[in-house]
Amino acid sequence: MTFKPVSSLSALACAVLLAGCASGVKLNETPVESRTPTVVNADAAGKGAGANTSPTAQSQVASVDLTKGAGAGTASQSQIARVVYFDFDSFVVKDEFRPVVEGNARLLVANKQRHMVVEGHTDDRGSREYNLALGQKRAEAVARSLALLGVGPAQVSYGEERPAAQGENEDAWAKNRRAELKDR
Amino acid sequence: MPSRRQLLGALGALSIPFAGGPAAAQFRVEISGIGATQVPIVVANFRDEDKAGTALGAIIRADLQRSGLFRAADAAGSALDERSSVNTADWRARGFDALVAGSVSRLADGRFDVRYKLWDAVRGEQLLGQSKVVVAADLRLAAHRVADEIYQAITGEPGVFATRIAYVVRNGRRHTLHVTDADGEGGQVPLNSPEPIISPAWSPDGKELAYVSFESQKAVVWVQNLSSGERRQIANFRGSNSAPAWSPDGRELVLTLSTAGIAQLFVMPREGGTPRRLTSSNSIDTEAVYAPDGRTVYFVSDRGGSPQIYRVPIAGGTPERVTFSGAHNISPAISPDGKLMAYVARQGGGAFKLALLDLAAGGAPRLLTDTSDDESPSFAPNGRLIVYTSRERGRDMLMTTTLDGKIKTRLVSSGADMLEPAWGPFNR
Repeated sequence: MTFKPVSSLSALACAVLLAGCASGVKLNETPVESRTPTVVNADAAGKGAGANTSPTAQSQVASVDLTKGAGAGTASQSQIARVVYFDFDSFVVKDEFRPVVEGNARLLVANKQRHMVVEGHTDDRGSREYNLALGQKRAEAVARSLALLGVGPAQVSYGEERPAAQGENEDAWAKNRRAELKDR
Repeated sequence: MPSRRQLLGALGALSIPFAGGPAAAQFRVEISGIGATQVPIVVANFRDEDKAGTALGAIIRADLQRSGLFRAADAAGSALDERSSVNTADWRARGFDALVAGSVSRLADGRFDVRYKLWDAVRGEQLLGQSKVVVAADLRLAAHRVADEIYQAITGEPGVFATRIAYVVRNGRRHTLHVTDADGEGGQVPLNSPEPIISPAWSPDGKELAYVSFESQKAVVWVQNLSSGERRQIANFRGSNSAPAWSPDGRELVLTLSTAGIAQLFVMPREGGTPRRLTSSNSIDTEAVYAPDGRTVYFVSDRGGSPQIYRVPIAGGTPERVTFSGAHNISPAISPDGKLMAYVARQGGGAFKLALLDLAAGGAPRLLTDTSDDESPSFAPNGRLIVYTSRERGRDMLMTTTLDGKIKTRLVSSGADMLEPAWGPFNR
């Protein structure tokens, strides 16, 4: 459940800003909904703010710059959400998650060296095989939204096999019906 | 040989109390509808079975009981074996239609000789007298074979007690593929993995299992030889590779691949190779199973807006919808005679229950369970029982049910989740 940074800079940003990242906390334990309004915009990415603060910076690592720059003062809310949640048996990327898709698309456009994989997941109701296919469809839906913005991440489905939350209740199920964007 | 009808015809109104004993320690039998269609039978503990270390009598009683067609009791203190002079009229007077007694003895070479006789108490004659010599590790199998012979002698149909069931156990982060006797006992572990294993499927000859393993961080289809442990990837394409189903002749498998971006059905040679696309939709197509004639494949698709079961000719063609009631019908299993389909139907309240549809006669599906998290139905090879999983207090466990839903048993339970059962063929 941890990031696999593609560069030393992104690793640094990870350590500095994503308290959860380095310590192995699951991404989805923080509600995405509360974060999406504060998603960093593309301009910040383009400016590469914060790159000069890192002595080991490599010029091409714009993504790290974005995160650090945006993090000033609002570190806890600056991280671009990387989880999209779905309704039961649905693969529709709801409007409230457009910022997640767009924010990550900007990251990828700004940094061609960075690669992401979209992981599709489901809750544990119904069959494992149907859920594997549904997870694939969710990953595909997010990937397609990203493709419209000019980036083409890989996709993988884990169906119901890698839940984010345990429990037989709607709260847990809702946390598990998701697509996660991960670095690779 | 008297038919079951003759035995049943003689069945009186006497009620035989169900004997607990050692069998109860192995599994729980929940009888929700005792009917007059159960043959009351005495199966005495086998002489010297304690010395052999295997409770043959209890295993046989449990097998017969689980079938739903028998009410099995022990001999209630009478010491009997196959050489006993049995007064069938006495047993008949006590309400039993049949009696089994036997023995097990160790031979000089270390093997065991299992002998038994079956008497028809109604007609007062011996039906079976058999001996089988087995190694110690096959004593359970010998008991199941005896139960199969009794079942066949009385019902006229083959029993499935000597067949095997494959399933997955999930215990924390450990995933193990198990193969057990049909009563859930005698387990062996063909595969142990830190990553999920799903969808085990028996080859028709009973020698291989296909399954999906996530060991390489994605779904890949493997086939493993059970006796040698040798395994091979047969599908590792871009995206997910899953839901293997063997053709009845064992030469091909239908798989779900997502090379096209979305889950679609493909046909593959059993050795692997180039897949042939079977369905072309913009929707999920998965969970394929062959009809026993090998000409039709049943599968799940959400092409109509919600998951429903369809069928398509194996040669290709236009899929035809099979389920119409309910908004979410998945996991089809076809009976060995091709006439019935068991599947999982999501109810209006959100419960997932086992349903049975008569494909030949049509009509409305019948619910077989009153639990709410049922998954993965699989028919016994004689078509008389279905194994499935049901969740109880947060744990998935293996259950069997008769086709009328009246007799359910819970197979071995442990603290772990038991998932994805697949009932093996008669061959073993």
